[in-house]
Amino acid sequence: MSADGTGPILAAEAITKQFGGLTAVNDVSFAIPRGAIVSLIGPNGAGKTTFFNILTGLYKPTLGRVRFEGKDITAVRPDKIMALGIARTFQNIRLFGTMTALENVMVGQHARMKAGLFGSILRPPRVRREEQRVRDKAAEALEYVGLRSALHEQLATNLSYGDQRRVEIARALASDPKLLLLDEPTAGMNPQESEDLTRFMERLRDELGLSILLIEHDMKVVMGVSEHVTVLDHGEKISEGDAQTVRTDPLVVEAYLGKQEAERQRQGGVV
Amino acid sequence: MSTAVGVEERAQARSRRFGRPDQLPIAARRLLAAALIVGGLVLPFFFDAGGGFIDDATLALAYVVMALGLNIIVGFAGLLDLGYVAFFAIGAYTIGWFGSFFFSGITENGIHVLVTGIAAEAPGIHLNFLIIVVIAVLFCTIAGMAIGLPTLRLRGDYIAIVTLAFGEIIGRIAINGDQIALGFLGGEQTLTAGRQGITPVDKVDLPLLAPFTSLELRPWYWLAFALVLLVLFVNLRLRDSRLGRAWIALREDEVAAASMGVPLVKTKLMAYGTGAAFGGISGAFLGSYLNTVNADQFQFSFSIFLLAMIILGGLGSIWGVVLGAIALSFINNRLIPDVLNDVPSALGLDFDLTQLSFGIFGFLLLIMMVLRPEGLIPERRRQMELRDESIETDEAVYEARMS
Repeated sequence: MSADGTGPILAAEAITKQFGGLTAVNDVSFAIPRGAIVSLIGPNGAGKTTFFNILTGLYKPTLGRVRFEGKDITAVRPDKIMALGIARTFQNIRLFGTMTALENVMVGQHARMKAGLFGSILRPPRVRREEQRVRDKAAEALEYVGLRSALHEQLATNLSYGDQRRVEIARALASDPKLLLLDEPTAGMNPQESEDLTRFMERLRDELGLSILLIEHDMKVVMGVSEHVTVLDHGEKISEGDAQTVRTDPLVVEAYLGKQEAERQRQGGVV
Repeated sequence: MSTAVGVEERAQARSRRFGRPDQLPIAARRLLAAALIVGGLVLPFFFDAGGGFIDDATLALAYVVMALGLNIIVGFAGLLDLGYVAFFAIGAYTIGWFGSFFFSGITENGIHVLVTGIAAEAPGIHLNFLIIVVIAVLFCTIAGMAIGLPTLRLRGDYIAIVTLAFGEIIGRIAINGDQIALGFLGGEQTLTAGRQGITPVDKVDLPLLAPFTSLELRPWYWLAFALVLLVLFVNLRLRDSRLGRAWIALREDEVAAASMGVPLVKTKLMAYGTGAAFGGISGAFLGSYLNTVNADQFQFSFSIFLLAMIILGGLGSIWGVVLGAIALSFINNRLIPDVLNDVPSALGLDFDLTQLSFGIFGFLLLIMMVLRPEGLIPERRRQMELRDESIETDEAVYEARMS
């Protein structure tokens, strides 16, 4: 359970988050093995994104701890968590609209740069080299996610939806993360695009050695790619295991389809 | 695919149509910059050395320095600051304190550091102008960060309210400072001279140059011009840097910026501190140039005046802000009081047009918002953003008609 490279890359222990009287996440424990693609699923309002925001430091959990490579990162600032090696994308794309695709990805490397106020003004060779390196790397990341180089200098707002998703992933990748959190990356994609993204996630794992946590609605994507699935409903973990186990778990079917429907399926034997 | 290609073509067409300086080839850009600098330097030779034009131009340049500072806070980092006048005040009081007779009560023979002429003999504290500028920058940076702290958790309108209050507090302290006795310094020493003003203030005295005088205004103009160049250089360098990108990211989306590794507190404080420092430089210069540091100079309306400059020129656009500051400054100091002031009486109306100047600025802004909301020279980013939608709709309609 430490940085020796064998334990899980991230472990959330008994996380609870309350907003006033509302418990959004209740006593959820969760681990991401190194080099694995794992999924977090659940109906709308199940607390998936809240959980995500706790892992990335945007929220402080009411109770519980988060450990990343054995290090306690509970309630550490988001920028520091990013610097440690956790990068994310957002459910509703949050690019910096008036910056170009390339600049967006350069911001993603902020934590990997050193130039300060005076360095930025005086621009000594060290800063010039750093700037060039970051620019090259940003272009590389954009190529990697498949954004045509002609679009690198376009403002993010002017890109198509699919390209915006690409840029957002490139922005996260450019920081050399160890763990990538993707919040509903296939939202708004057609089946072919979802399929492409699934293959792309496998590439990320195999080529870059990334661990990936995926929040997803599209069951086909989840079942196709994840080694391990955790299901949240009303803030509680109701099931976990491999894709097949989860799919046939009556509690999960009930959470997604409602009690009656679940009952009917059980009797009728239809899955 | 076709839409993507369309976007590029349109971008190219746009840059041809607008012919913006930052899209010219690098050689042309250098030539343009050189021409502007030489033009700016020789300009005073065409005008009377003690005359109104050089006076107005010098003031305009000092305002450009402040507007560029405010632009870092509001234009780059998106933190709406309505109390920027506070930094003008702090810069001006720095020279009021350390470059005048003001502290003559506490030092019999005076304290003199690298000053010549009358200032070297006079009682009070008299430091060299360059030292004063450094102190003003320090004071303003600290004050800028101090005002930054309580606004860190706030957004948008709420930042405006806190900074507005800060500007008012500094203004009130300036006005009532003549009642604040600094007992620890002994005697009758007060913090400010209130509405009476600290006057006279030492003239700028630079190494290797003769001390400036109020009869020959050209050196003042050149100094202000040099300050503008310095501040422009800093602005341009910062805009295309790690810090500049972080500011714009912050302006666009704080949550995303933080999640991408931008430390919010540090980055915001850097914006406040850097922006404020320029106010201090300009304040110290104006204190000496106007020969008085008077509490009436530091009113809320001045913050709005500066804000109007950057909105008129183009929020976030360095060249736009320079143009906006020069334009509003000339409208305020020349057009309204000198050129147009006879208009009301010619129309048989009995009022002073200068009293309406803020009404006129308001009207100007209104027209701008309707006709060209992105400013005279828009920031490249905003221009691409604002213009694109309309182009897209036009084309969509066009295509629909053709098919």
